[in-house]
Amino acid sequence: MARFRSYEHLLRLAAVFAAGVALFLGARWLLVPSDYGRLGAYRASALAQNQLRPIAYAGQVACVECHTDVADLRRSNAHARISCESCHGPLARHAADPAEAVERPDPRATCAVCHLPSPAKPPWFKTVAFTEHADPGPCTTCHQAHAPKL
Amino acid sequence: MSIDRRSFLLEASKLIVLTAPAAAAWDYVIAGAAEQAPDYDASAHWWAMIIDVEKCIGCGRCVQACKAENGVPLEPQYFRTWVERYEIDPDDPEHPHVESPNGGYDGFPGPTKPGTKTFFVPKLCNQCADSPCVQVCPVGATFRTPDGVVLVDKEYCLGCRYCVQACPYGCRYIDPRTHTADKCTLCYHRITKGLQTACVEVCPTGARYLGDLKDPRDPIHEFLRTHKVQVLKPQMATHSKTFYNGLDGAVR
Amino acid sequence: MDGMQGFIYPNEAELQWSILIVLYPFITGLVAGAFILASLERVFNVQAVKPTYRLALLTALAFLIVAPLPLQLHLGHPERSFEMYLTPHTTSAMAMFGFVYLWYLMAVLVVEIWLEYRQQIVTSWQRSSGLTRIAYGVLALGSTDISADALRVDDRVGRLVTIVGIPSAFLLHGYVGFIFGSVKANPWWSTPMMPIVFLFSAIVSGVALVMLMYQAMAWYRRVAVDMTCLDTIARYLLYAFLIDLSLELLDLAHRIYEADESFKTLDFMVHTRLFVSQIVVQIVLGTLVPIALLASMRWVSRARVRQVVYAIAGMLTLVGIFAMRWNVVIGGQLFSKSFLGYTTYKLQFATREGLGVSIVLLLLPFLMLGGLVRLLPPWPHEDRANAA
Repeated sequence: MARFRSYEHLLRLAAVFAAGVALFLGARWLLVPSDYGRLGAYRASALAQNQLRPIAYAGQVACVECHTDVADLRRSNAHARISCESCHGPLARHAADPAEAVERPDPRATCAVCHLPSPAKPPWFKTVAFTEHADPGPCTTCHQAHAPKL
Repeated sequence: MSIDRRSFLLEASKLIVLTAPAAAAWDYVIAGAAEQAPDYDASAHWWAMIIDVEKCIGCGRCVQACKAENGVPLEPQYFRTWVERYEIDPDDPEHPHVESPNGGYDGFPGPTKPGTKTFFVPKLCNQCADSPCVQVCPVGATFRTPDGVVLVDKEYCLGCRYCVQACPYGCRYIDPRTHTADKCTLCYHRITKGLQTACVEVCPTGARYLGDLKDPRDPIHEFLRTHKVQVLKPQMATHSKTFYNGLDGAVR
Repeated sequence: MDGMQGFIYPNEAELQWSILIVLYPFITGLVAGAFILASLERVFNVQAVKPTYRLALLTALAFLIVAPLPLQLHLGHPERSFEMYLTPHTTSAMAMFGFVYLWYLMAVLVVEIWLEYRQQIVTSWQRSSGLTRIAYGVLALGSTDISADALRVDDRVGRLVTIVGIPSAFLLHGYVGFIFGSVKANPWWSTPMMPIVFLFSAIVSGVALVMLMYQAMAWYRRVAVDMTCLDTIARYLLYAFLIDLSLELLDLAHRIYEADESFKTLDFMVHTRLFVSQIVVQIVLGTLVPIALLASMRWVSRARVRQVVYAIAGMLTLVGIFAMRWNVVIGGQLFSKSFLGYTTYKLQFATREGLGVSIVLLLLPFLMLGGLVRLLPPWPHEDRANAA
């Protein structure tokens, strides 16, 4: 067995390594977020952070709360199950503050998005050849957008 | 049971199931500000999505709604959800022609080739229960919540892009503004407050449906029992929770 | 979008991993290869390559220090990169690799270099003044013991470190291969052979680099090249090359034979978008030509000719192995995961992840090596003898 003197320098090296490990553990203790690992291998507060987003679409139920007349009109007609915001766009701000103005959807382009014919659309879905059908007038000339079935 | 009656029941039961929480959600909408959902118990839910290919008309409203609701960059190509249009020549089913102009944001104005089998396929994060993206994240910045949603911790993400590489479905991207990974969050800020996801909310034909597999009253159980559903790339064994009804074998 | 062909998933339009991620495996490969050459002498007692032992270690260190730089430049948030050490996700190969890197750098390479150079450090410490004196003092950790006993201990421990170092070097670069090979979503990458192919191409590149550096330094120092050493290195390079080629051919044969759902897409990609970088540069110029050159030197007796041919073969090898990394990393992102389309990689020059930065990152290790060679000269006795 070599004398202590012969491997004293290795102990200095070991000391440097030990200091490094201590530094690493200290950094870990200081810097690892306190909620990391509570629910899994992630910061638990990220769950809450993902919930923090302002809402843009109010949802059908919110619209019906005030616009009962439209709800009645739509019932048992073709567009009954379509959410209001599907055509009217995101309206959470309007739902929160009804005074906020709402732009009316274009009475032809909006309809065209769904009802333009395409072989890719399922056969049960009603489409209309816009160029042949009452071109170029707005669809609302004859159809009520909320109760389109004539 | 006709399609109309079945889907009406689905919609009606959705409304019944949601009325009480919807009333609570109404408060959040009125409040306007971004808020946490204090009463939400994540372990009581297990979210899944049903995409009914037979109902999709390729209008692209879901793509628009998602971008508006979640602030996704409007310029291509960043999509949390998108719609693809397939055209399959019956004589050559191994080589379908697929398009997704701006992800289907403005619908699909272009014509289809005559004589082909053609349909739309909406795509989004499959919220895999055995997600490869979660597996490869070096720091735990993407994770699966107790209620089965795969989320991104934007304050922890390094932007190494490993998760984007690992996703077999191409549903992830790097947000050019935050330089972190981003993807469909199943509108976590909405579903925890009893609202629908934005895409489900605006779909005019009910081609998308958000289900809670832990809720015994949820119609999703009946739907899965009575329909032939598939997941994308089942060979990857990601345990995807996005179930496709009427999915053609040619869909990638 | 120009250059795009067929259908790609909308989010695939932007390539995720750039040339910087090509650089990273290239650099760590050089490290692993250089170290394995060094260990040939230390562990397997191949005395012929002893003249390159210290140079190989310093080369490995220079490149290992530069290796994290391309990664840092690539990250969206480099300031958060320490998170990989603080909260490593244990299922992530990338996270665990951070510890493999740290282990290899600190417990293997630095320790081995320290033990090898300790006597020289102490004597230089005693001989120098000013800032250099302080530097040597720190390097010596304040110990002046260079007695015969101490040096014997150094030698034994050094041998142990090298023995541990060989599997560590295998792990260092095999792990990088695993980072790619374990991505089941990407059929170009996903194969159990990836770590092994990466490792052997690493050995090839590292040995070629040390061979070139040795010749370059001999020319710079105006000394004669030890031809036994050079011939031996070239022989080991040839052996490693033959194994590497066999592995790549095995992978290729397997893919062609099984012809699974991804095969047609990948095959088309190789024949079109990857034709120049894979067929021309990697296979022909980077593998077949160097193998032919190295093998044919058996029958060449003139040392000068062999030196020139070795240098050419070495440079072609480095280009070829770089091309291999390019083909794996970039190639894996040129095709869509839908197997229905392709995209292109637009390499720019003056951006954070551009060609300009890459060139600087490739030059940096040589600068660092220059500094290391000045601080810790590999052949101090020879240099002093020649100066006198």
